[in-house]
Amino acid sequence: MPRAFTPKVVTANALLEGDVVYLTADDTWTRHLHEAELLTDEAHAQVRLVDASARVDEVVGVYLADMKPTDHGPEPTHFREDFRRTGPSNRNHGKQAEVA
Amino acid sequence: MYRYNDFDAAFVAERNRQFRAQVERRIDGSLTEDEFKPLRLMNGLYLQLHAYMLRVAVPYGTLNSAQMRQLAYIAERWDKGYGHFTTRQNIQYNWPKLRDIPDILDALAEVEMHALQTSGNTIRNVTADHFAGAAKDEIADPRPVAELLRQWSTDHPEFQFLPRKFKIAVTGSPNDRAVTAAHDIGIRIVERDGEIGYQVLVGGGLGRTPMIGKVINDFVSQEDLLPYVEAIVSVWNLLGRRDNKYKARIKITVHEHGIDEIRAMVDERYGELRSAFTGVDQQLFGAIKEAFAPPKFADKPLDAYQQAYDSDPVFRAWADANLWDHVAPGYAIAQISLKAHGATPGDASAEQMRVMADLAEQYGHDELRVSHEQNIVLPHVHKADLPAIHATLKQHGLATSNIGKISDIIACPGMDYCALATARSIPIAQEIATRFDELKIENEIGDLKVKISGCINACGHHHVGHIGILGLDRAGVENYQITLGGDHTEKTSLGERTGPGFGAEEIVPAIETVVQAYLDNRESADEAFIDTYRRVGMAPFKEALYGEQTSKRSRAA
Ligand code: SF4
Repeated sequence: MPRAFTPKVVTANALLEGDVVYLTADDTWTRHLHEAELLTDEAHAQVRLVDASARVDEVVGVYLADMKPTDHGPEPTHFREDFRRTGPSNRNHGKQAEVA
Repeated sequence: MYRYNDFDAAFVAERNRQFRAQVERRIDGSLTEDEFKPLRLMNGLYLQLHAYMLRVAVPYGTLNSAQMRQLAYIAERWDKGYGHFTTRQNIQYNWPKLRDIPDILDALAEVEMHALQTSGNTIRNVTADHFAGAAKDEIADPRPVAELLRQWSTDHPEFQFLPRKFKIAVTGSPNDRAVTAAHDIGIRIVERDGEIGYQVLVGGGLGRTPMIGKVINDFVSQEDLLPYVEAIVSVWNLLGRRDNKYKARIKITVHEHGIDEIRAMVDERYGELRSAFTGVDQQLFGAIKEAFAPPKFADKPLDAYQQAYDSDPVFRAWADANLWDHVAPGYAIAQISLKAHGATPGDASAEQMRVMADLAEQYGHDELRVSHEQNIVLPHVHKADLPAIHATLKQHGLATSNIGKISDIIACPGMDYCALATARSIPIAQEIATRFDELKIENEIGDLKVKISGCINACGHHHVGHIGILGLDRAGVENYQITLGGDHTEKTSLGERTGPGFGAEEIVPAIETVVQAYLDNRESADEAFIDTYRRVGMAPFKEALYGEQTSKRSRAA
């Protein structure tokens, strides 16, 4: 039996700022994970990845990150993605500081 | 203090000009990331988890006050008001923006600093004993030879595309404070029949496959050192496993070929290239040595020091833990701990950097050092000035008296910043320091080196920690392995794993258990952790950590 596809988002770092960004359904980059497009179909995810990877003058290091769907948008399944969308744990810098 | 000459300045300016143009071309889209990445790495610019990171070289860890002030200025102007001092005696900025990097590099050049060869497959920043030129136990100052190596290796045409990165460390003292045996090449200044020369080690390194460096030559004379080192790098440049990144470091080459075969090849290569070194390097070395001449030491009464030592217990505790013997009478080497309990190891705010710069200028012959243990050193201070220095440090959160103690932890950035990390290391260090401060047993425990890495690359030197902690990702959860018995000194040894790892919640109690087992087993308060470990071995620690059942089971397995 083929393994069920784990939903994903397209993510990268912004070229100029270097911070974490996610691809939205309308092809913009957002700083907020909950605004990202959750990709639940593997073939579609690959197409989105290829298209996003071509946007070389906007972002660096594009990849697909595992997520789970929730009422308030995609949520990380792994702690690394949780840190990426939050910021470092020793200082109130990065995304967590910007939200406030 | 060594000053860069016009050639150095012009070279750095030209490189900065080139990189400014490369950044512009990246931003306007004419360079792809694949094309740009090697260029940015050559200039010390990484892309980490949350932002870019700029790694600035501090050759052999030596800074003057103007340089430290400029580092503070950069932290405030282009970063978030602080910097992180690393185990390679460098400083890293965690939040620069791509557009600002060329300006930062120009600001560094104003004080003869740069970020060249802090990354990439080149010969990296040459490190040295952080007590160089000051320590009482020193044979000779290692920095002139470190500077000679720096000049030789910078932009060396043969060594810009090595199989992997290459790290050199130099110690001038038999008490090795530069971890030379854990470097690709370790150089130890030795004396034989009144002649100063170099014992050369090769093939040390931590990381995925930790190895202790082996002696390739017991005595290389001053004039033969550069050609000899060039011969080593040259042999490895051809032999090194470019096919496999994990086998490319020279430690694997030495391991695969054996030290005798490598020695023979190096000797042969040395024979070929020796004549190309016509003595120009020795003239240069002479000039460099003069620039590192010791400062003019003062002669002052010690009453103020003695009085403070006798009457102020806080000062006394600081003096006992943070001072080291200086070669000049009346002087001391003062270490400034960047490990306040609960703070991030190695971080200093811009304000703290300025305070340290001011102290160095006022009391310390304008010299500062970055130690690989992520502290700052005032290498030349007169004891009479120590009470005033301590009072100032206290006002700025810099007077923690814990050098060499359990809270003086080396921790790499880990998953709070580093893109390669498998787990966090900073919060573990913070929690251990906070916990043992609460327990108030830090002084009772005495000398104990805890070193933490957030992945197998071992930037936190965990293999050579008396207690080493390695953060791993075990099925999507942070997990921490403990090693015991590592040693970073001239008696270098690699720690041994205790057994299965511990979760993030369990690791601090586990360290407490290890420390308690030491306290229970030591013969007296004079027996340091590492000595107890060497005497009683792993068994009592294992039993304390995993219980009798588990330790029996793992023995049977
Ligand atoms: S040891 Fe790993 S996590 Fe730590 S700084 Fe080095 S590469 Fe990053």
